[in-house]
Amino acid sequence: MNLHEYQAKGLFREYGISVSKGIPVNNCNAIKEAINSLEGNRWVVKAQVHAGGRGKAGGVELVDTVQEAEAFAEKWLGHNLVTYQTDERGQPVNTILIEECIDIAEELYLGAVIDRASQRLVFMASQEGGVNIEEVAATTPEKIFQVAIDPLTGPSRDEADQLSVQLDLTEVQAEQFRDLYLSLSKMFIEKDLSLLEINPLVITTKGDLICLDAKINVDSNALYRQESLVKINDVSQEDERESYASKWNLSYVSLNGNIGCMVNGAGLAMGTMDIIKLHGGEPANFLDVGGAADSERVSEAFKIILSDKAVQAVLINIFGGIVRCDIIADGIIEAVEQIGVNVPVVVRLEGNNSELGSDKLSKSGLDIIIASGLEDAAKLVVEASRRGKS
Amino acid sequence: MSILINKDTKVICQGFTGSQATQHCKQCIDYGTNFVGGVTPGKGGQTHLDLPVFDTVKDAVSATQASASLIFVPARFGKESILEAAEAGIKLIVCITEGIPTLDMLVVKKRCDDLGSRLIGPNCPGVITPGESKMGIMPGNIHLPGRVGVISRSGTLTYEAVKQTSDLGFGQSSCVGIGGDPIPGSTFIDMLHLFEDDPVTEAIVMVGEIGGTAEEAAAEFIQSNISKPVVSYIAGVTAPSGKRMGHAGAIIAGGKGTAEEKFKALEAAGVHTVRSPAEIGKGVGEITGW
Repeated sequence: MNLHEYQAKGLFREYGISVSKGIPVNNCNAIKEAINSLEGNRWVVKAQVHAGGRGKAGGVELVDTVQEAEAFAEKWLGHNLVTYQTDERGQPVNTILIEECIDIAEELYLGAVIDRASQRLVFMASQEGGVNIEEVAATTPEKIFQVAIDPLTGPSRDEADQLSVQLDLTEVQAEQFRDLYLSLSKMFIEKDLSLLEINPLVITTKGDLICLDAKINVDSNALYRQESLVKINDVSQEDERESYASKWNLSYVSLNGNIGCMVNGAGLAMGTMDIIKLHGGEPANFLDVGGAADSERVSEAFKIILSDKAVQAVLINIFGGIVRCDIIADGIIEAVEQIGVNVPVVVRLEGNNSELGSDKLSKSGLDIIIASGLEDAAKLVVEASRRGKS
Repeated sequence: MSILINKDTKVICQGFTGSQATQHCKQCIDYGTNFVGGVTPGKGGQTHLDLPVFDTVKDAVSATQASASLIFVPARFGKESILEAAEAGIKLIVCITEGIPTLDMLVVKKRCDDLGSRLIGPNCPGVITPGESKMGIMPGNIHLPGRVGVISRSGTLTYEAVKQTSDLGFGQSSCVGIGGDPIPGSTFIDMLHLFEDDPVTEAIVMVGEIGGTAEEAAAEFIQSNISKPVVSYIAGVTAPSGKRMGHAGAIIAGGKGTAEEKFKALEAAGVHTVRSPAEIGKGVGEITGW
């Protein structure tokens, strides 16, 4: 789960971390009042979406007057912002963050992730802030400094001090950095984050450290114990079908092809997409019905797949380990009868009670093509997709 | 011979009396697993599936001398259950539970390493030594005792590899699902090491997927440490960047972790790769001449 910048900064403030002063607004009428309560005569206005690359896409501007700020809000509120990180439709802008301008002397980078290779929470820092850090990492990795936190003993001042030296901070800044590091790591662990990025972390002309941007991802496995974060989740930023699917414990990702897929298991679901592609077809989605697929969930999965109008054929690929294939077959029959599936459906059932399942399908009298194996299924569905809707 | 478990391995289950655990433990017992009991806090002294139930793993170990535990608890109890097993001296912990927070796993992994417990999973189908013992949720009947070692990050793709090697008559020495999470208890490398030392294993199938760099690390390890033929398939060539494909670990982030990169690394290490999940068994035949 992602947070908006203004939400992340709110969380930073809870942990006593210094961020630029700002006010989120969600309608044009609130702009004037917001600006009046901020200091200075220049402000930054930022469109709040769950995507990076906002600056280049026109979603961040410097304004000198209330009128300019209102024009920016007018332009973006209720509209979609398209950046290199979004799809072609972009993400809806519901909130604008207006912030005081900071006089910047230097821009640093500070980030934290769970590093799979070392199996540690790792902080990364660089003097090359503000720019595309992935590019820095790829071309000049020696400019990115790292420290790892021992999961049993927790973060230490020594790690912060090591980074301070590498970042060439003054004594006063190093002290600020130590507090920042310890607060951020505390927040990372307490809030179950999976990614934290401050780009840039700036040194002001007065020599102080301030977080100018804030990006936070929360571990979706930990949402059960992060109720306060779940409450502020902006669902408008998520794909409608994907969030509907997750309500049914279905894992769905939409893609650009025309062959709908319903598979049990994430790995096999990806493998099914791959084999469709190998046979000249294009998968329309990833969909894992999971281990406890009953007729209700199969029906819901069908509805989600078919709500994508590009779908010309559906492949159901089930390797019954946990699930019983005859139960899946019942679900398929019920769903096809109830929702009136008007595209060819190819089914491959393997494992637990697969013969009974295939038998039920073939006796159902419905237009269902039964495949004899994975390869056969891929061939049949690609062929069927070319035939298209009946 | 086998890796991790055999017909003598004494197994308990944590979360024993739950409905999922009951269903799967029953199948494990039917398969021949040497099940000696189970743990459900508050139900100690009862009998379940004709086996004794204990309040704690410690009680279960002292009464039964179990050395392996199969865990089926809700995700929020995952961390404490694994730690309880490790602290009670369980040497092999197989955790089926899906959805354990990643930060919990950092602590769990370090503690298990310190205590000398081997953890398989979480979010995995488990371990099986065909014809001897099954600790997991895989359908036993697709397996055949034989000579291929199977390691995989995914459940149903493991079944796919198993079925193909059974249909061709090669069979499996042992099969291990290491799980689809970012921080797994055991890695490909850990299992490759065991299969290299196992005399029954003559060839190895490694099924990977997008996300992370575990396959690349395994490729490097194979090049200098594995003498047995290895066949590999990586799922997710068609997966888009930045989208989590079901498993918490299956995400291409920052341009890293693509299937293409993994195929390349494995091929450079002399691994026989197949691009279709339907050709894993065939790949084993090609590389071994069986």
